[in-house]
Amino acid sequence: MMADWNHWQTLERLRREIDNVFNETDARREPVFRTAFLPGRAARRYPLINLSADTEALYVEALAPGVDPDMLNVSVVGSTLSIAGEKRRVAGDVQPEAFHRSERATGKFVRHIALPMEVDEHNVQADYTHGLLTVTLPKTAKTKPKQIAVQVS
Amino acid sequence: MAEQTVVAPEIQTPNTTESTRHHERYVAPPVDIHETREGLVVVADVPGVAQEALEVRVDDNVLTIRGHARHAVPGDVIYREYELVNFFRQFELHDKVDQSRITAALQCGVLTLHLLKAEEVTPRQIEVRVG
Repeated sequence: MMADWNHWQTLERLRREIDNVFNETDARREPVFRTAFLPGRAARRYPLINLSADTEALYVEALAPGVDPDMLNVSVVGSTLSIAGEKRRVAGDVQPEAFHRSERATGKFVRHIALPMEVDEHNVQADYTHGLLTVTLPKTAKTKPKQIAVQVS
Repeated sequence: MAEQTVVAPEIQTPNTTESTRHHERYVAPPVDIHETREGLVVVADVPGVAQEALEVRVDDNVLTIRGHARHAVPGDVIYREYELVNFFRQFELHDKVDQSRITAALQCGVLTLHLLKAEEVTPRQIEVRVG
């Protein structure tokens, strides 16, 4: 019995060593899956987003290469941001049998993102450059941080 | 020319290139390749890569696509689903691709390459006369 136990322990140690190897290769110790975002052909969240904020606004950056800017639809209702659009396959009429490789995911998409706070929906700006959609959502007066002066007596 | 348009080293997961200086993290961009009468069309998704940060070159029959994705969003990160890393992918070209006439266009984060067939391999219709 004792011998069996040691086998499991050896396996466990091996597993940890392998885990460590994967952790070491990643300089910043972030999960590997974060960079493995492409291709996205399975049913999943699309487009992928990054959300950041400063005192003035929230910034949503969406990874959506190859979307016709005219087909891109960005809207805000309350604290929900919606991004919809269509990513077309290649331009022109191409027969399916002409494809040697087909890795890029295409099709219509819609994604609703719950924002962590209310935003000023009248002053939202969206910019689409190099396949990245950047939405700037200004915070409302209510959600902006307020500086409080400290009285010294 | 179908069987020769094969990816040389296929990279599925983020990896680091061999370097003595620093670790460069990259992913292989997904591509569509289709054949037309004139040649091949390669379409690759390279979001976040500006024109000046994209390098497309042919060395020894190997087509290399290399791009540096850079995009600065102000503020502190609250939530993150992806990370912009560099793109790198290589394809071995068939001899029948005319390497001097490769054209590249970048639009909305999508790179489109037109590889033309060399003149002598363009299919020609030959009329058969029965007499």
